[in-house]
Formats: sequence, C-alpha cells, structure tokens
Amino acid sequence: MTLTERRTGTTARVPVPLLLPAVLGLIFLLLPLVGLLARTPWSTLPQRLAEPEVVAALRLSLLTSTLATLLCLAFGVPLAWLLARVEFPGRRVVRALITVPLVLPPVVGGIALLLALGRRGLVGSWLDSTFGITLPFTTAGVVVAEAFVALPFLVIAVEGALRGADTRYEEAASTLGATRWTAFTHVTLPLVAPGIAAGAVLCWARALGEFGATITFAGNFPGITQTMPLAVYQTMESGDLEGAVVLSLILLAVSVTILAALRDRWLTSS
Amino acid sequence: MRRSRVAVAGLAALLAFGFAGCGDDNPGSGTASSGNAVTGPVTVFAAASLTESFTTIGERFERARPGTTVTFSFAGSSALATQINEGAPADVFASAAPTNMAAVTSAVSPTTFVRNQLVIAVAKGNPKGVTGLAGLTGADLKVALCAAAVPCGAAARTAIEAAGVKITPVTLEQDVKAALSKVKLGEVDAALVYRTDARAAAAEIDGIEFPESAQAMNDYPIAVLKEAPNPVAAQAFVDYVLAEGITVLTEAGFQAS
Repeated sequence: MTLTERRTGTTARVPVPLLLPAVLGLIFLLLPLVGLLARTPWSTLPQRLAEPEVVAALRLSLLTSTLATLLCLAFGVPLAWLLARVEFPGRRVVRALITVPLVLPPVVGGIALLLALGRRGLVGSWLDSTFGITLPFTTAGVVVAEAFVALPFLVIAVEGALRGADTRYEEAASTLGATRWTAFTHVTLPLVAPGIAAGAVLCWARALGEFGATITFAGNFPGITQTMPLAVYQTMESGDLEGAVVLSLILLAVSVTILAALRDRWLTSS
Repeated sequence: MRRSRVAVAGLAALLAFGFAGCGDDNPGSGTASSGNAVTGPVTVFAAASLTESFTTIGERFERARPGTTVTFSFAGSSALATQINEGAPADVFASAAPTNMAAVTSAVSPTTFVRNQLVIAVAKGNPKGVTGLAGLTGADLKVALCAAAVPCGAAARTAIEAAGVKITPVTLEQDVKAALSKVKLGEVDAALVYRTDARAAAAEIDGIEFPESAQAMNDYPIAVLKEAPNPVAAQAFVDYVLAEGITVLTEAGFQAS
C-alpha cells in the first residue's frame, strides 16, 4: 500500500456504521431550523423588524449578552488560570462545582439567584439595605442571570486551552526573572488567546439565548428585562405564532452573522 | 395524577415536527374510548388559577368514575390555547376568559361555569398599607401584573382603566401563579391576582379587595375539544365540573355563573 493510497482511503471509504448516524444526527439538528424557515412569513418580515418592541428586545439582548461576556472574561479567565496552574486542596471539588450551572436547569438557576440575590435573598437583602441595590427586574439583573449560566462555558474552554498550552514558555519566563503576574500577562495570555476567544464566543452565544434564569430572576418587561428569547416566548404564548417565528428568525440570523464574522476574524487559526 | 406544564408543550412540539411515529403515544386510549364506557385517561388543559380546585375535582372524579385517570396541564390560558391549536393531545380545555376559549378553533360549544375577580396580593400583614389601586402608583412600590395576553392581565388592565390610575409594573408574568409567587418571594410589594389565588395562598399573603374589580369580572368557559382522544370520558369530566365540581369551586372563592 503506497502512501497516496492510504491518504485517499481516509476520505473515500467512510464506514457506513459511522456515516449513517452522522448524517441522521445532522438532519436531526437541521430539521427544526427547516421547520422554522418553512413557516416564516417573508413578506411581513421587514415590518416586524421595524417594530419598536422588536428593536428594543434585540438591542437589549445584544447589550446584556455582551456585558455578561465581559463580566465572565473578567472573572472567568483568572478562575480558569487558578484551576489549571495552581495546586490547591479541593481543586477537583471546585472544578466540579463550576460545572453545576451547566447541568442545572436554567429556571432552577433563576430561583437560586432569587434566593441569593433577590430582595429577600442571602446577599440581596444586604445589598438592598446597605446600598439600596435590587437586581431583580433590572437590566443589571438580566446581565447577572446570563453571566451565571454562561460563565462555566468560558471557564471550561479557557482551562482546556491553558492545560493544552506548553508550560515551558512560562517556566522560561520565570527563569529569566519574570514574576508570575508578568509571565501571565506577557506569555500565558497571548499563548491561549485563541482559546479565550473561543470561550468568549461560546459564552456570548449562551448568554444571548438565555431564557429560564432571566425570566425567573429578572422578570419580563419590554425595554428593561425582555430580551429576544423572552419576547419570542411571550409572542408565542399570546397565540401569535407567526410573530414568534419572525422573532426567532431575527435572533437566529443575528447570532449566526456575528458568530460567522468572529470566526473569520479570530478563530481561523485554531 | 400529575401536572405537567412543559412536558405537554414539548410533546406538542415533537408532534409538530413529525417525530411522533417513534412510538405509541397514547396506549390504552384507543380501547378506552370505544363504546360509551367512561374510562381511561382524560387530559385537561386548565387555566393556572384553577390549579387547586381542579386538582381536587380531578381526584373526586377519579373516585366517582373508577378506571379513569385525569391528567392536568395548568398554565396561562393563552399558552394553553396556543398549544391546543398546535395539536397538543388534550380532551378538555378550561380557560380563564372567553377570548382564549374563542382562540381555540376545536372547542365544542363552551359553557361558562364560574366567574372570578381580582384582588391585590400583598405580603402578610400588608406592611406597605395598600388599600386600593390608587395605592399602587408610587415609584417606590414594585408591582407585578400578568401579561396582557393572559386573562388575569387583561382583567388587570380593565380594572386599572376603570380606576383611572397609572400603574407601572416591574414585570409582566406569564400566568397568575407566577405573579403570585413574586409576592410570596417578597420580590414585589403587590400583584393583581384572582381572589381564589389569594385565598389558596392565605397562609403566605393577604388579599386586598378593591371596588374596580367588579368591572373586570372573568367568565371561565369549559369545553370538550373536537380532536379529544377520549371524548366520552372528557364529556363526563365536564359534566362533573358543572354539577359536583361547582361546590369545590365556590368554596375556593369562585362565584357560580
């Protein structure tokens, strides 16, 4: 068997037991989207896009998911670094705890947030009495809910990138006299930048689609806490299926466009 | 007896996308509905405000008609109407307002069975001293209302207009129980809910009556659905609600229509 034969063999002869489920899996993922497109009232689409409630919900969604991503970056990257680079007792427990919001139904996350940060919550009551800050029913509350469910995505992605990165560069930096902080900012961060970008994109996408924790913790009011997923739900609930389809499509189009643009710019190297 | 708000919606979505062929969704219902025997499963979609009363009525119906099992899906009437129109396999629909019943194209001659009216739900002991709708206008007071598409939201709008006040809610909830839970949690100071919901939660909250609620009375219609998988038992359940069930409902604070 020559080298060329072997190389073409990897692409040409795909085993049926792998190909069949793969294609079925793909169809399963795409079929609902086809269903959405099939029922889209294309003629009324531009009018819907111009409705002030739709514009408000879209703007709120983009604003809150971006803020939530920045919040996640600020806290998530250091947390991922700690988990990947520092040996401390209970590290495995901490790592397991971080994945809890991933497996928690978002509604449960919303209830938990209410009990912790709500007006009568563990920390929330103190925030209210000391600073007069209440998070539920505010745009800041939406950001908190989105960050809560999206943070694990960022931490896991960045920790994976850090573990995969070659630590010898950091060791070389410290032998040359760099402090751990300098090594982090000048060596580690540039090294894992693609991983951080990938994590941030995943985090942003999760925040954009967030529904359960948001409606439970932040409530539902147009312009203040009603993000696109909430607007889709309320439109559907009120019997306006056509409107819900249009809103879903707008959300889908915006997120796919932004993700595609980011992918071309930042993620092609990875 | 089980309550499933989301499961039924999920099932409806699956059916809509054509995955229903994977298995037999309704074992037993085919044989149960043959003939005129009242037996087998009955699926009832009911307004969230009927949760407590219908749960009790369901238990009594199952005892009175051995062989039947009643399954409820409680949610906002508008959400239920949407699910039924999308093909959710329901036998009976009980709505908190005629508009949501009218939205369901498959409802067979709906009958109004009770009426309900709004009260202001506040924390136990009424710490903010709310006495009427005019007391809810302040910016320092957080108010939850139902969304306008839900009957309790539509009634709230009518009552607020009748009072001639301007109330800015902090949230628009998807059903009356969600609005009530925001009061229970202490996240809002007041919510407009039905008298029956306030009475069911009397251990945790107080219900303040206000005169304008008389102008926003809700008629509750009930109907068997045209595509009911078990029409015989469905009709028996509706008959039971209209006869024996009324006592349970009036005890809960509903008014006989």
